[in-house]
Amino acid sequence: MEKVLTRNIGTHTSPVDLKAYEANDGYRGLRKALTQLSPQDCQSMVKNSNLRGRGGAGFPTGIKWSFVPQGDARTPGHTYLVCNADEMEPGAFKDRLLMEYDPHQLIEGMLLSAYSIGADIAYIFIRGEYAVAIRRLRDAIAECYANGYLGKHILNSQFSLELHVHPSAGRYICGEETALINALEGKRANPRAKPPFPQVSGLWGRPTIVNNVETLCNIPHIIDRGPEWFNTLGVGEDSGTKLFGVSGRVNNPGCWELPMGTPIRDIIENHAGGMKSGFQLKGFLPGGGSTDFLVADHLDLAMDYNVIGAAGSRMGTGTLIILDDRTCPVGMVLNLIQFFAQESCGFCTPCRDGLPWTRHVLESLESGAGQPEDLETLAYQVKYIGAIGNTHCALAPGAMEPLQSAMKYFYDDFEQHITTAQCPYRLGRGA
Amino acid sequence: MSQHLIQTDVKSTLSTAEIAAIDAEIAHLPYTSAAAIDALKIVQAARGWVSDECLIAIAKHLDMSVEQLEGIATFYNLIYRQPVGDKVILFCNSVSCWICDCDKVKERISDLLEIDYGETTTNNRYTLLPVPCLGACDRAPVMMVGDDLITHLDDEIIETLFGPNQQAQSD
Repeated sequence: MEKVLTRNIGTHTSPVDLKAYEANDGYRGLRKALTQLSPQDCQSMVKNSNLRGRGGAGFPTGIKWSFVPQGDARTPGHTYLVCNADEMEPGAFKDRLLMEYDPHQLIEGMLLSAYSIGADIAYIFIRGEYAVAIRRLRDAIAECYANGYLGKHILNSQFSLELHVHPSAGRYICGEETALINALEGKRANPRAKPPFPQVSGLWGRPTIVNNVETLCNIPHIIDRGPEWFNTLGVGEDSGTKLFGVSGRVNNPGCWELPMGTPIRDIIENHAGGMKSGFQLKGFLPGGGSTDFLVADHLDLAMDYNVIGAAGSRMGTGTLIILDDRTCPVGMVLNLIQFFAQESCGFCTPCRDGLPWTRHVLESLESGAGQPEDLETLAYQVKYIGAIGNTHCALAPGAMEPLQSAMKYFYDDFEQHITTAQCPYRLGRGA
Repeated sequence: MSQHLIQTDVKSTLSTAEIAAIDAEIAHLPYTSAAAIDALKIVQAARGWVSDECLIAIAKHLDMSVEQLEGIATFYNLIYRQPVGDKVILFCNSVSCWICDCDKVKERISDLLEIDYGETTTNNRYTLLPVPCLGACDRAPVMMVGDDLITHLDDEIIETLFGPNQQAQSD
């Protein structure tokens, strides 16, 4: 398969600098757009490419962009583009790769996206722990300013863009786009009520597009080679390629660029090398910590947004977390709920108080002190905390996804913790 | 805190360099309090953490209430409102690292350094904190020590970093 997003990322030793990026057709899409295409042309190309947001929600990028007021609907002032580089979903490790080894691809993606939506100021909102990526992005941005790719009248055109790297001060919730905007404004990162959507009223009340790193990295290729070409890259119903990852007890954990629609079995067995000796696959989260478990019966499904959705989960970030047969599903869900309870922004009650309650029930269950009615309590929590609309944002419903599906597929394990008054996996793990 | 608030003088609490760096942030923002997180980071970069006195001085400088700034400072896990050691160990205890037995690695660190989460070694060299998934799950278990990401953690690596020999060498 042709490598698109990772074509410059080979041996993972050093990042691609401006010269090397240009030598491999880098900034060709930008030159094409600035000389031959209007912003509207670029938007149409992205819409026709059927690119869906790679941050987890899978919303069509071209449609998201089209909500930014254009023409007469525009009011005087700035329009912003924000790159969401706050990769913090448990089990997700794809954006780090793109930023550390090919920073110019992201910058070109941001230049083209800003041109398309009419943005004049852009931010890369990146988690503070990504020290290497922050340094390499800043170096690449300095190269761009020195060579006419950023600043006023880019490549002698009418288009100008300021690009800033903004390292975050932490917290998972900053990955939610309106929480991210509040963090950029120097406030607590509580998500905002929607509407208004950021496309109309975002940063400083101005039109703002927030796109994920991997989404933006696709744009130069779509503009350079066209939406028809992009549509041929997927092997299922979605277009393009995707960075898929596997973590857990497999022989070769890692991250690979593969066609959209690659079967799950191919990713786990061929690319990740299958399960480690002595371990069997019990289940997996297909797209990060806030997606529903799937099991061995689902291995032949294609990694496409709608296919995984129809199976009762979400493709999310496309980074799979494998549950093996010697790891306790109750313990794994407890770890995830602990994470989400800790990362709740505290704004709404079901999340702030509900998730610690769920954690408490799971702790008691996992330690062998659970009672039969605890399972009813967990089902009740899934029903009320998991319902979209009961909470201010999607954090708590996301947290309930692995719990509700673990109770569906691994109910025996939950029961066994109660009937035997201990975790049956403790001995197996030698703990 | 109100007594402190009256007494705190911005210029004698924050350094000229800190004030200049904060003012440079304010210059490209629509209003001063928008620089709150940047200002906290600037002061923390210089001092390792943000003391009450510094917090009050920053709030005064940004023309915002101390309570509002405290609400921001305590929200973000990478802003430290207590003193930390020379290096902070950000230990990933999220799901992929947990599957790969990070709890045992954490116990080893706690044994060697005699600290639990939220604590600092008596020689003030390290503070141990848990951190949300560090995005290196294919190399689990992982942690950061200062700005360095350390992967594939096992007893040997922990011993090399924090064992008695290492401690003695650096003393």
